[in-house]
Amino acid sequence: MSSAFEYAPAPESRAVVDIAPSYGLFIDGEFTEAAGGKVFKTVSPANEEVLSEVTQAGSEDVERAVKAARKAFEKWSALPGAERAKYLFRIARLIQERSRELAVLESLDNGKPIRESRDSDLPLVAAHFFYYAGWADKLGHAGYGADPKPLGVAGQVIPWNFPLLMLAWKIAPALACGNTVVLKPAETTPLSALFFADICRQAGLPKGVVNILTGDGSAGAALVAHPDVNKVAFTGSTEVGKAIARTVAGTDKKLTLELGGKAANIVFDDAPIDQAVEGIVNGIFFNQGHVCCAGSRLLVQESVQDELLAALKRRMSTLRVGDPLDKNTDIGAINSAEQLARITELADAGEAEGAERWAPACELPDAGYWFAPTLFTGVTQAHRIAQEEIFGPVLSVLTFRTPEEAVAKANNTPYGLSAGVWTEKGSRILWMANQLRAGIVWSNTFNKFDPASPFGGYKESGFGREGGRHGLEAYLDV
Amino acid sequence: MSDRLSVLKTYKLYVGGKFPRSESGRVYEVTDSKGNWLANAPLSSRKDARDAVVAARKAFGGWSGATAYNRGQILYRVAEMLEGRREQFAAEVAEAEGLSKAKAAAQVDAAIDRWVWYAGWSDKVAQIAGSANPVAGPYFNLSSPEPTGVVAVLAPQESSFLGLVSVIAPAIVTGNTVVVVTSEKSPLPALSLGEVLATSDLPGGVVNVLSGRVNELGGPLAAHQDVNAIDLAGAAGDAELVKALETAAADNLKRVLRPQAVDGSAVDWSAGPGTERMLAFLETKTVWHPMGV
Amino acid sequence: MPTTVPAYGKEAAGRLASMADVTASDGALRRFLHGLPGVDAVGLQARAATLGTRSIKTTAKAYAIDLAISMIDLTTLEGADTPGKVRALCAKGINPDPTDRGTPRVAAICVYPDMVATAKEALTGSGIHVASVATAFPAGRAALPVKLADTRDAVAAGADEIDMVIDRGAFLSGRYLSVFEEIKQVKEACRREDGSYAHLKVIFETGELQTYDNVRRVSWLAMLAGADFIKTSTGKVAVNATPPVTLLMLEAVRDFHATTGVQVGVKPAGGIRTTKDAMKYLVMVNETLGEEWLTADWFRFGASSLLNDLLMQRQKLSTGRYSGPDYVTVD
Repeated sequence: MSSAFEYAPAPESRAVVDIAPSYGLFIDGEFTEAAGGKVFKTVSPANEEVLSEVTQAGSEDVERAVKAARKAFEKWSALPGAERAKYLFRIARLIQERSRELAVLESLDNGKPIRESRDSDLPLVAAHFFYYAGWADKLGHAGYGADPKPLGVAGQVIPWNFPLLMLAWKIAPALACGNTVVLKPAETTPLSALFFADICRQAGLPKGVVNILTGDGSAGAALVAHPDVNKVAFTGSTEVGKAIARTVAGTDKKLTLELGGKAANIVFDDAPIDQAVEGIVNGIFFNQGHVCCAGSRLLVQESVQDELLAALKRRMSTLRVGDPLDKNTDIGAINSAEQLARITELADAGEAEGAERWAPACELPDAGYWFAPTLFTGVTQAHRIAQEEIFGPVLSVLTFRTPEEAVAKANNTPYGLSAGVWTEKGSRILWMANQLRAGIVWSNTFNKFDPASPFGGYKESGFGREGGRHGLEAYLDV
Repeated sequence: MSDRLSVLKTYKLYVGGKFPRSESGRVYEVTDSKGNWLANAPLSSRKDARDAVVAARKAFGGWSGATAYNRGQILYRVAEMLEGRREQFAAEVAEAEGLSKAKAAAQVDAAIDRWVWYAGWSDKVAQIAGSANPVAGPYFNLSSPEPTGVVAVLAPQESSFLGLVSVIAPAIVTGNTVVVVTSEKSPLPALSLGEVLATSDLPGGVVNVLSGRVNELGGPLAAHQDVNAIDLAGAAGDAELVKALETAAADNLKRVLRPQAVDGSAVDWSAGPGTERMLAFLETKTVWHPMGV
Repeated sequence: MPTTVPAYGKEAAGRLASMADVTASDGALRRFLHGLPGVDAVGLQARAATLGTRSIKTTAKAYAIDLAISMIDLTTLEGADTPGKVRALCAKGINPDPTDRGTPRVAAICVYPDMVATAKEALTGSGIHVASVATAFPAGRAALPVKLADTRDAVAAGADEIDMVIDRGAFLSGRYLSVFEEIKQVKEACRREDGSYAHLKVIFETGELQTYDNVRRVSWLAMLAGADFIKTSTGKVAVNATPPVTLLMLEAVRDFHATTGVQVGVKPAGGIRTTKDAMKYLVMVNETLGEEWLTADWFRFGASSLLNDLLMQRQKLSTGRYSGPDYVTVD
């Protein structure tokens, strides 16, 4: 949208974050080199600038990290809960104090707009540590017995879409329950986890309680396969989740998986339309659509289809795509060339299969990985773009006539992570929520997260819950 | 060392976020365990109690309406601020209760940790006290705890600081506002706590601190029609007073939390608290809503 | 609808006539207003808050500050108003910053009806409009003939714009047609001898209407009745203009324009005191209605203290140092 009122660039200062030229692995409270000496580069997806060189962990490093975690477990698990709580409260406060620095770092390494890393990711990260800090000395009240015990060493593998938030979802409950952890951040977004290691140092966290291994999928595979890991937690693709489930089959390892999704965002004709449009936009374009619970299938009641799509297109035309560090950017960069290729391939398939493609006019930067917010109309359940998780800013629009049909279409997927329902009628919201086979149902809102609220999916979206009282179960021997 | 003459502190009440003297203009002498003069504390009147209830009621809407997360952050902030004044409180508790420095410091440490314990409860109490109820019909049915309202608290007489914190924190963490009557004999740590609360982002009026005679203030608070609940911890050991206050409280069916030991045997406030003191000042609200197309 | 027409243009009546059926009876109007899409309060507030995070810097800020100044209805509505006070305010409106003659003038001076003549005279040749509140402002509690006489008086005294208040009691008790008719009659009372009309701004007092659903309904009601501008508040109650209420009115204006082709202006009033606040409103206009509305013809701020804050920010941009209240004039 061009206007006389052009917003001048409003970049967040990069100077608040000081990235070292290289990072080792964080094992037993220290940064160390990898046994194999291999390193790889992490780049800013917005301009392909190399941010730092990080270390590729190999199986020997996994061995060292698990050993350190095992050693630390004895004392950490024996600490009174109130003392563990105070460590976690410290971490929460340190994250709050350093949140601007971490937000900029996250936007640099991930490509997400600073508005989101600043206003969404970082506050949620701090809140998650606060929430689970409070549980550490109250485990006997959580409904898992009078004195529930931790599991031991947790091996945790997290994705690149919310690097620090996924770290918080994994580490906070694990530590609160008395476990120690070895965490592997995603290959393309390792930096915030390495900065978190420094926060652990500032908090005085005992050595070995948190260990961070950077690397590609092979490091993650070695970690989850390690025989001295008692608990495996993974967030990422359904395909890798299945492989991990096979790996831990026949062992005593406790497993939780938070995997893909293809959420239906269902809009009825009596919906609060302006807010529904915001919810649709937020549902699919938040974090460039790199969200497992993204509302990637818009199911709109036929009677309001025209009106809603017109409003949606008008709203999409105001989205500001560009520099993630500009405070006015709504949509940032796609996280990697690989992901961009996948989005491009699926979007092209949508067109080839006969769906109608639309995107607002927007100028994309030359360098870096970019994809314009895109809308497909005339999509049917048979189209790949209605079935497969695109994990990008691409919305598929389908229609329905009755609530039953909406439910049938919404549930007609192997996934079951989330769903959205838009209607002013309360009884219909609750009926729909009852019928939908999904772990989270948002009504008249979308993509809302809170540490007190359990998150996780049905069916091939995984099992186990993160967040809330329910999130403790994954890290307790119950 | 120099012969510098120290500056003595004027102890004042803490009401509505401000530090007034008693409207009555009265004070009483506070001494240490050996009878040495420490300070003059305000001797609050029934009118001070009335003003404190007004302040607590005024604060209730905002405090109970704040998010649980926000309340938790503020309680944790209280712990942070206390940690920085640990020495001051240890000295006051030592003088007030006749404890050794080390024992007094342990009391203060336990009190700080108690704020942390309750801070963590803010966004969890509903998760253990609420429930989704499977009623036999097409209805959504959810029970959630809500704060009772204005709680009058008679703080423990012997444990001037740890005991005090142990009764205030559970009442306010859930969203109640409090009028607390301090230990009669040892009010100074409580009056100093007001200074900490005032600088911890706690909205004025959420905690109101009155020093004075339990016999003089307990009655008006127990009978006050705009007080929703009363904690009689500070009346322990005086069975007659407990009965009289509970009787007065019946007028508007205040929720009454009886002293743990009515016979006056010492309560060990350093023992880990349960959830009882929070749950005592909560109401349960159940919402029904039909489910249908 | 092919082209945009202003509500005070000749074509507007014809366009509005196409929706005459919805105002044919109390029942029809009620059904129409209650059939408008609902407003989810949390979602509306979240959207307004997100727009409030836009960061307006450097050139954009300079542009927006001058734009905001040019959109101000500089207001004095006090029982203590005197011709001297009004003349001083007019002088301020003409020449907001004596140290920088390049500063834009305000859009209008807003006064009570008995001060219109004074203001008119003081503003002669400046191009600044005189706006007058009318219809028993601010409560609106007077008989209709009194309100109409109030309006005619102000117009006769030379008011270019009339800021009327609606009968909130009638609206809240569901007598929508009565509110509608009253606006129409006031609009008629805005007619000058030469057949032209003073622009009519309709004040809802959204702080008294309370719900967002009511704000959407009353916005449509007023636009159907021929309002040239819809305005949030009198500035005389506890809750005045807020970003969510204004955003909702902008959305109503957008939808009304899409339906009828008639362009209506918006004026938030009361409580907008800082440059930062003003920027948020301009961002909302920009991203909800677009640049067509980014002129004093279609968006106004009802404010008094806002002007000096804008002037101080303007001085900061030109000198690079923060200004202070001693460097702007108090009138």
